[in-house]
Amino acid sequence: MGQVVLSGVTKRFDGLAAVDDLTLDVADREFLVLLGPSGCGKSTALRMIAGLEEIDEGTIWIGDRVVNDVEARDRDIAMVFQTYALYPHMTVAANIEFPLKARKVAPDERARLVTEAAETLGLSDLLDRRPAQLSGGQRQRVALARAIVRRPAVFLMDEPLSNLDAKLRVQTRAELVDLHRRLEATVIYVTHDQVEAMTMGSRIAILDQGVLQQVAPPQEVYERPANLFVARFIGNPPMNTMAGEVVQEGADVGVRLRGGTIPLPSGIAGVVRERDLAELIVGVRPEHVTMSADGFIEATVVVVESLGHERHVICDVAGPPFVIVRQSIDEQPPAEGDIVRLSTEADSLHVFEAETGERVDTDVPSGAAPT
Amino acid sequence: MADTQHRRSGSLLRTVLLYVALVVAAFIVLFPIYITVVNSLLPLGQILGKPPKLFPTDPQWGNYAEAFTNGRMARYLVNSAIVTTLIMVGQVGTSILAGYAFAVLRFPFKNTLFMLFLATLMLPIEVTLVANFQTIQTLGWQDTYQGLAAPFLAIGFGTFLMRQAFLGVPRDLRDAAALDGYGHFRFMARVAVPLVRPSVAALAVFSFLLAWNQYLWPLLITDDADMRTVQIGLRTLKGEGAAGLDVLFAGTVIAAIPIFVLLIVFQKQLVRGLTSGAVKG
Repeated sequence: MGQVVLSGVTKRFDGLAAVDDLTLDVADREFLVLLGPSGCGKSTALRMIAGLEEIDEGTIWIGDRVVNDVEARDRDIAMVFQTYALYPHMTVAANIEFPLKARKVAPDERARLVTEAAETLGLSDLLDRRPAQLSGGQRQRVALARAIVRRPAVFLMDEPLSNLDAKLRVQTRAELVDLHRRLEATVIYVTHDQVEAMTMGSRIAILDQGVLQQVAPPQEVYERPANLFVARFIGNPPMNTMAGEVVQEGADVGVRLRGGTIPLPSGIAGVVRERDLAELIVGVRPEHVTMSADGFIEATVVVVESLGHERHVICDVAGPPFVIVRQSIDEQPPAEGDIVRLSTEADSLHVFEAETGERVDTDVPSGAAPT
Repeated sequence: MADTQHRRSGSLLRTVLLYVALVVAAFIVLFPIYITVVNSLLPLGQILGKPPKLFPTDPQWGNYAEAFTNGRMARYLVNSAIVTTLIMVGQVGTSILAGYAFAVLRFPFKNTLFMLFLATLMLPIEVTLVANFQTIQTLGWQDTYQGLAAPFLAIGFGTFLMRQAFLGVPRDLRDAAALDGYGHFRFMARVAVPLVRPSVAALAVFSFLLAWNQYLWPLLITDDADMRTVQIGLRTLKGEGAAGLDVLFAGTVIAAIPIFVLLIVFQKQLVRGLTSGAVKG
């Protein structure tokens, strides 16, 4: 069983928590992505699961046993490193065979498993080469072959694609997803690249400064970010956010922003009234901002960027930060310097408490493990 | 165009001057060695003659035979070979183990201990001579191979060299090997040491030179003529009356041959080992 459970896991370096009270439940055969900016503790978390880093507090289960005091080699896991960590003085075949030798697998069985792993990853013609004679993509596949050859219950991957060029990364992403499906193993995958996280993960766990922010399927993370950090981290171009104060006119509740007042949908308005919130931060994804004559907010067009398949209109709303509007290439672009009015649908609004950054919502986000 | 010509002749002049300087330096270094070889082939009467002879007109190969028969060079060479091998293997072995520990393992007072190791680099051999002599005497190891080798089985310089080399082995390789099922010893043997082979070779050559050229310690610890190493043996070539200066010169050449062979064979490794880690690559 490749289930991995972290309960209250904490790791401190020089008194500072690199991972703080992390509780996470990774289901058997799940592809979970640990996502966050550099220094957020995602790699430390992975290394603790691997057994390369001791934990200061908490418990880690792999399968149905606690592995806190189990050596890395006895945890039934394999890891793929960002640098691939291939042994430079050994051939491809010797690299793949290396973990089998340590486990005293019989020579003919070893040969069979190496051939099989090499075939799975298309390395059969390269078995006699050394890592220095391989391209980046080939090295990456050797690292994967070395990981799969002993059929561990859990694969840990630490930014395995970040040393590949952009084109190869897209291709390898799909190959990894396919490989996960064929191996039927649990994968815990660390990345700082939100595109990798969104496209590969069955769920994404987002960390910031060692603290877990949200665990949910990619679409839910995008549509219902649990807090301001997640909202701003996921999405490219990032979500437009702006602070404002709550204004009430009779039954209607709105937020007064620079450049105008935006009404809140009734459900959220109810929560705001009930909790007596005075300061809010509202967020709208660039694709949900429209330019219309009856928009709520007045803005000046600063720059129009064309990306070929879409257009980004960057607007100044009486001070920073700019508001970005994502426009279809078929629409008529405004001219730079134009005064426009910006609008959005009520249910496209994301509302956060100004003080805590937590999402204000009518119901609690699920965050549950997938079935 | 006149300008480029001027520049070209300037760089030519510099090259010529550089080569002249190198030739002079090489001459200064090689001349004593040449004279030693020439003298080893001269009859005794001509060695002290004036002006000194710069080329042997009648090479006396018998001087070499004399050094081996009456002078017992063979015995001294065997002794030196045994002691040198012991010291070389010991130094390389302990340096690899200690260097790996300082580079890879985590343990309390690591840096303090390493500084202590480095401090021993500053101590000249004379400082520890008396204490070492007493220890060997207490153990009753005078006139033994272990007595000749024991004080030199560990060396601060070697530990330093190997630590620097192991620091260049990526941390990820250790982690990958740990997950692949390899403990420190097996990782060291299968991965780390093969990767720092140039440094190991450089250390081996240095140990060899140090051990082979030892003089003070073997002189102190051996009384038995059978246990003399080659450098001590040289001194006795003349003193024992078996032969004169001519045989001493022949013995000196014999004693130097293993070092020349070693340096020529390992020249590349030596330079690479000492400069590795200086530039990341």
